[in-house]
Amino acid sequence: MRKNLLAAAATLLLAGGLTSSAIAAEKLKVGFIYLGPVGDLGWTYQHELARQAVVKEFGDKIETTFLENVPEGPDAERAVEQLVRAGNTLIFTTSFGYMDPTLKVAKKYPNVHFEHCSGYKRDKNMATYSARWYQGRYIQGEIAAKMSKAGVLGYIGSFPIPEVVSGINATMIGAQTVNPNIKVKIIWVNSWFDPGKEADAAKALLDQGADIIMQHTDSPAAMQIASERGKFAFGQDSEMIKFGPKAQLTSILDTWAPYYIERVKAQLDGSWKSADTWGGLETKMFEMAPYTNMPDDVKKLAEDTQAAIAAGKLHPFKCPVVGQDGKEVECKGGDHLDDGQILSMNFYVKGIDDKLPGK
Amino acid sequence: MELIEAIILSVLAASTPLLLAATGELVAERSGVLNLGVEGMMIVGAACGFGGAWLTGSIIIGALCGMLAGVLMSLLFAAMALGLAVNQVATGLALTIFGVGLSGLIGAGFVGERITPAPHLQIPFVTDIPLIGRILFGEDGFVYLSLALVAAVWWFLYRTRAGLILRACGDNHVSAHALGYPVLKIRMYAVMFGGACAGLAGAYLPLAYTPFFIPGMTAGRGWIALALTVFASWLPGRLVIGAYLFGAVTILQLHAQGAGIGIPSQFMSSLPYLATVIVLVLLSRARTGGSTAPAALGTVFVPDR
Repeated sequence: MRKNLLAAAATLLLAGGLTSSAIAAEKLKVGFIYLGPVGDLGWTYQHELARQAVVKEFGDKIETTFLENVPEGPDAERAVEQLVRAGNTLIFTTSFGYMDPTLKVAKKYPNVHFEHCSGYKRDKNMATYSARWYQGRYIQGEIAAKMSKAGVLGYIGSFPIPEVVSGINATMIGAQTVNPNIKVKIIWVNSWFDPGKEADAAKALLDQGADIIMQHTDSPAAMQIASERGKFAFGQDSEMIKFGPKAQLTSILDTWAPYYIERVKAQLDGSWKSADTWGGLETKMFEMAPYTNMPDDVKKLAEDTQAAIAAGKLHPFKCPVVGQDGKEVECKGGDHLDDGQILSMNFYVKGIDDKLPGK
Repeated sequence: MELIEAIILSVLAASTPLLLAATGELVAERSGVLNLGVEGMMIVGAACGFGGAWLTGSIIIGALCGMLAGVLMSLLFAAMALGLAVNQVATGLALTIFGVGLSGLIGAGFVGERITPAPHLQIPFVTDIPLIGRILFGEDGFVYLSLALVAAVWWFLYRTRAGLILRACGDNHVSAHALGYPVLKIRMYAVMFGGACAGLAGAYLPLAYTPFFIPGMTAGRGWIALALTVFASWLPGRLVIGAYLFGAVTILQLHAQGAGIGIPSQFMSSLPYLATVIVLVLLSRARTGGSTAPAALGTVFVPDR
């Protein structure tokens, strides 16, 4: 919050006198826009860790500013513009909902470079980046199926958007390789972040007979419930083992640092170019937290799968992918679904009894 | 049957913060003050409550810290809305925005820490009675406290002279003033009570519900509490029904989804608010019977002397 105020104050001062280019000449200024508070222990926290890594890497050569708790939508445009006016020439906007606001500002300031996380709209000065989290979810599915005694997984979803749906499907495809009859119960909480509701959803899933909790929401609440009930769970975005020392099996860790460092470096030496980066385990765009609380054979299976995916030998959506209706999904990517199909996924795979909201 | 027991336990836990916050707001509104800062007071209560418990290891001290924080926040509101006669709606909204920011600052030091949650009541044999045992005798202290609080508020408002005076201030502050009652002072006490309740409701979240603190963890529960006071048409008894109904809808929609019942979750999530609107319509149609809003609710009072 204090940083927030400082940033706002700095903007006011700068807007008063100096032009942005005059400052940019001295030191590279890099701006970040965050969706949540830096202390959310999840999504925003991981971006913040990466920013700190950038600062550590380049030291005096750069100066970074972040604005936290920036709501998605029109307000975001003002925040992005604020960073431009304050002299930032490379700006990371770290949530899907910042896509249009970022694009608008990018068109207005062709000399400033923008990096938008998890979107699909690009421009000459606006790049996008995201991670292939579905790879991690496939591994989690395998582990879950091995560890579940009931054969029922509990899945807490945020919103039924393609990223989340592809995560559920990857989980199920992974789980089915171990146990073809595995079941999943899915609860949508219609929020990215509501610890109370996430905890309630976890309780409901466990009460209904699921014994492994998986989540695509941001707080460690579900992990804590699993821990309390002596069940297993997977973390999200960040290391959550503190909240379930005996419960966490692994967690998908967003590791943005290498990408951020690479892009800042490109900006420094003038080689920055707009691009669409969608990296996975092979480029360490995300990592898996240590495999804990599981027998050695499960751990080995997970490690082998991880290595196979990283080496490009295994694709979670390898064909044939069969939809809920029993029909095979068209295979556009050769022997697996292509990126477009994964990025717009709006169907459940066979084996999920539930109905996808809005279908 | 075990599932029903589990659902009821979850409902009670989910309803308690709503009931606590709404009870406080009900008293404030009964005195004629509309404090829209419940969410802000709650989240500061959550931060201070967790901080207190984390530093001392005592849930009770944590709860007290939460209440104290809520009272301090409400005094800020009182100074503006009552002392300076600023618009109550604007002040309340500002208090919420301020509270959300302030709680992040207060909580920055202990984000990621965890505590042992409030213990649940455990009476040998009694708590183990099938079905009703855990529901009636196995809750955490806050659940019982919230119910006792509503009963006390009902008794105060309808069975004591002080309660009558407080309601008089809310219905007609000019008359109450003419009769010699210190309207602003009474309203300040009511607002402070509201602050204490909101702070306690906020503290309930990190102390018993999800035992860690994260900025923004109240996630709109303060607004639901505000809707609840309207839903209950400012009657304590209906508040209990309303709070448990809101809690039940929240939990049941999660269970419905888990069981694969095909009702759109978005629709279920909006049900409590839909219910509030319907109740408002019904209230305005049936003017007889039941109580409607305190007549002087939200109006500024400047004593003439």
